[in-house]
Formats: sequence, C-alpha cells, structure tokens
Amino acid sequence: MKKAVEIKRLSFSYSDNEVLKNLSFSIPEGEFFIIIGPNGSGKTTLMKIIAGILKPKKGQLRIFDRPLKDYARKDLAKTIALVPQMALVDFPFTVTELVLMGRSPHLSMLGFEQEKDLKIAKNAMALTDIEHLAHRPLDQLSGGECQRVFIARAICQEPKIILLDEPTASLDLAHQVKVMDLMEKLKKEIGFTVIIVSHDVNLAAMYGSHLLLLNAGMIVSLGKPEDVLTCQLLEKTYNCKLLVDESPVGKFPRVTLVSGSRGRRSGD
Amino acid sequence: MNNKSPFVLKRIVWVSSLLLLLLFMTMVIGISMGSTGNGVKAVLQSLFGKGGEDSMLDTIVWQIRFPRVLLAALVGATLSLGGLVFQALLRNPLAEPYILGISGGSAIGAIIGILAGLSRFPGVSFTAFLGSIATLVLLLIMSSGQSILKKNTLLLSGVMVNAFCSAIIMFLVSMTQDSRLHNIIFWLMGDLSMSDIGQVGILALTLLPCFIILFRYSHSMNLLLMGNEMAQTMGVNIKRVTTILLVTTSFMVSSTVCHCGLLGFVGLVMPHLLRLILGPDHRVLVPACILGGGAYMVICDLLARTLTQQGEMPAGVITAMIGAPLFIYLLKRSKR
Repeated sequence: MKKAVEIKRLSFSYSDNEVLKNLSFSIPEGEFFIIIGPNGSGKTTLMKIIAGILKPKKGQLRIFDRPLKDYARKDLAKTIALVPQMALVDFPFTVTELVLMGRSPHLSMLGFEQEKDLKIAKNAMALTDIEHLAHRPLDQLSGGECQRVFIARAICQEPKIILLDEPTASLDLAHQVKVMDLMEKLKKEIGFTVIIVSHDVNLAAMYGSHLLLLNAGMIVSLGKPEDVLTCQLLEKTYNCKLLVDESPVGKFPRVTLVSGSRGRRSGD
Repeated sequence: MNNKSPFVLKRIVWVSSLLLLLLFMTMVIGISMGSTGNGVKAVLQSLFGKGGEDSMLDTIVWQIRFPRVLLAALVGATLSLGGLVFQALLRNPLAEPYILGISGGSAIGAIIGILAGLSRFPGVSFTAFLGSIATLVLLLIMSSGQSILKKNTLLLSGVMVNAFCSAIIMFLVSMTQDSRLHNIIFWLMGDLSMSDIGQVGILALTLLPCFIILFRYSHSMNLLLMGNEMAQTMGVNIKRVTTILLVTTSFMVSSTVCHCGLLGFVGLVMPHLLRLILGPDHRVLVPACILGGGAYMVICDLLARTLTQQGEMPAGVITAMIGAPLFIYLLKRSKR
C-alpha cells in the first residue's frame, strides 16, 4: 500500500519552545487516521505541518512519496484539503459559492468556474446532504450545517487526503455521529485518506483505523484503537483517573472519566 | 444557455455594462450642470464636437467641467476599490480605506508638499506617495514577521498609525498662519476644484494598471475571506498577495489623495452597498466598485457644486453627509 504521508525525524519549534520532537511515522493511503492527545501535545501543529501551513524546522515530510517542499502551492492544494475547526465567515457567500471555492486550485488565474466545476460542487453538496441549502447565505446556517458546507468545499477540491481539525468539537451528539459517518463513507466510496485531530477518544475508538497518541510533542503510542487506548497509557498521558472497557456497541474500547469526588470506582 | 462561457464572467459583463451606463449618464449630467445654465443639449453638442459657435461653452465644458467630472469619477472609483480591498484584507466588511492610516500618511506628505510650495503635480503627488509608503513601512514594521498575517495586528496598528497621523496633521495646521492655511483646510475637507485636464489624464493613466492588478487578484480576495490558513491550503500565496494588494492600493489611494484631499466614507459606503446588492464575490465587486464608486462621486461633486448659491463647498462635506447616515442605515439593516 502507498504511503499517503511519511514523516521522518520531524521536529518543530515556536521560537524556543519545541512543540514536536523527532517524530517518525507514516500513514498508508486510504486510512482513517486519528491524532489524539492532551492540550498542548502538538496535535494541531502536526496537522498544520502536514497541510503545508507551517514549515518543519528539522526532518522530512513526504506526501505520496514526494517531499512536501517539491509541491507547488496549487499541486499541494490538489492533494490535501483542510477542514478548519471554526470557520467564521463574515461575508454572506451562498453555500454554492463557498463550495465552489474548493475548485480554485484547479482553475486559472481569475478563477472562473465552468459548468463542469458546478457539477462537481453539486455532487459534493449531495454527498454531504446540503443540496437544500444551496442558495442560503452562510451566516444563516447552524454550526452543524456550516461544518458540512466546509466538508463539501474540501470534497470539491478533489484532494487525495482530507484533514479535519476537531470536526466534532462544536457539534451536538447527533451531528458528531453524522460527520464521522460521512467521513467513513468518503473513505470507502471515494478512497480519501482521512486524517482527523480530535479530543474525543471515544469517537476515535469507534471510527479510527489507526490512532496516534501524542504527548508533549512525542509519540506515546501508534496503532489500532485497542492497542492505543489502554487504561495504563491514557491515565499516564492525560494524568487523570479513567476507566477503559469494551464498548457495549462493538469491538472497540470505551473510555469513561472517573471523577475524584463523584461516583464509585469498581472494587470500592 | 452557452455551456462553455463561465457563468461568473457573464455576471461580470452584465453588472459592468449596467454600471458603465450609469456612470456615463451621471458624467453627462455632471458636465451639463453648473453656474452657467446651459442646457444638456448644447453641452452634448459641444462634447461631441458639433457646437462650433459657442466657444465660451466649449471652454467651460472642456477645460473646467470635463476634467473635474473625470477626476470625481476616478477618485470615487479609487476610494471605493481601496475600501473593498482593505475590507477583504482585514476580513471585516465595515473596514474603511483610512483605517490603515494610508491616506493619513499621504495627507501628511501632501501638506508638507503644499507648505513647501510645491506644485500639485508632480511635487505634492510625490510627497503624498512618500507619506503613504512611509506609513505602510511603519505599519509593516509594527506588525512584522508572521504577525502581519493576523488581521487584528494589522487593524490595531492601522488605528494607531492613523491617530498618530491626525496628530501630525493638526500640528502642521496649527503651525501654519498665512494664506496657505485656507488652502490646506479646504483640501483636508476634500476638494475637487483644482483639476486640470493634463493632470487628470496622467492620474487616469496611473490608476488604470492598478485597477487591472486588483481585478487579477479578485478571486484571491474571495479566498482570503476564508482566513489566511484556509486560503493557503487552497493554493494562495498569502505573503505575496497581501503585499501586492497593500502596495497597489496605497499607491492608488495616495495618487488620488494629493489631487482631491481627504474624502471620507466613499470607500466605506460604496463597497458595502454594492455587496448588499450583488453579493460578496470580488470578481464582480471589483469592476462594480470602480464604475459604481465613480458614478457616486460624480453625483456628490455635482451636489457640492450646485447646492449653494454663493460659491461651492468641499465635496468631502457631501460624501460625509450622505455617507454617514446611509452607512448607519446599512449597518442596522445588515444585522437583522
């Protein structure tokens, strides 16, 4: 299997503060790859480096066997699309207009879209189930709808890798599952490599084919959910009491928070 | 429907044709009306070279009114477009061209030029341009490195630069006591009366390439509204685009400021009004602001020339009196 992302001895620092320390790992094509870790572990920095927004200080980063720095901006945009965490747009673009912006790396200078691009955008809107919103201005949408619009924009970009920064952070329970199901569908039907940065270990356990657990800029564990999400590793990494058992809905781990003052621990 | 031609292009052509017609009509009206009450017909004849007999009218039309109306159109186009660009760069639909202190800077340059007794062109133009470039450099140093890409840094630096510029302008004004004072004050309020066909022609030739450059980057402006990081992942070279937009716009604004003084609200009202009508796509808005902004300024100048019986008032008074209430109305409406 081809490697979508390959990272070797990568380090990154903001002035004196080293955020990522000597990381080496790779993500095969077609994975549902989820990066988890405590606040300040370097998750978002890692994602920005893969997206080409931040330049790594040391080490190598290859996207589909080609060094990242060999990619022209537009070529990279045709390979990787990013769905931001909180996309606030103060300008009343319609949903269609915003989704069409995903075509820009494929267009000439002035970015005039052809009918063909409109077809691709409509297709992306159908996949994300937002066709009925096509002519609505962005500022009239709910958080969940907005998220799907930005995912449609990323699909419209026709990348091979799609990066999502905390896609479920501001969504209610139903929408969390919807978004993750959608990404699962895109992975299966279009063959996207999906890379997600998330705080939600339970969603990660349910959907991830591989998880990367980061702490203080270093890899704690990389592997299948059941190997990464062990009580011992998580308690050490997050520095809190946890309960990990098998989820009643499937063969994947379930992580439960244990309060210091409320509830009973097993064996009490 | 023709499936081959891009649909955005069709919209641009439609909108531009309509606004071009509007601009043309306002310019004809602007040239027809004035203190000597000649009819539209006589002026039109003179404009298209069929007058012949009335050489007095020819002189008024060609040497006084035509350059003035053309200057008004150019100034309106430049300020509206400048406002549009700054709003895209700052990702704030209510930003105005003066917010970065660029026009304040060129005003300082221009006042120093006037005090030094330089001619309006190229002397004062040049000092105004130096002033705007100086503020731009100051701005870039204040928000240097990575942080220039963050809009709040740019906005706050701009507000500070602007406050500093106002202080210097006031200082210069209070130090001046002779007849030049009246000159400066009138100019500060925005004044289009000093127009000469040669100078306006040169101004038009300087502005045209700026308009073309900004249209070239109109789609990048759309993407910039998504935030710098998002724009970057869609293939935009942020540093290059931001620099080109800032330098082109400040060059454009300073070239007009030295001709017309400080005209407020044109850069605020026109982009906002046009965005409400046409939507936020910059590929449509850039040509619309050039043509619509031009028409708006021609009307404002016409009002400034004809509203009072004794003499005329600075056009800046009109733009502020129309602009500010309209702006408040638009603001309230858009929040609904």
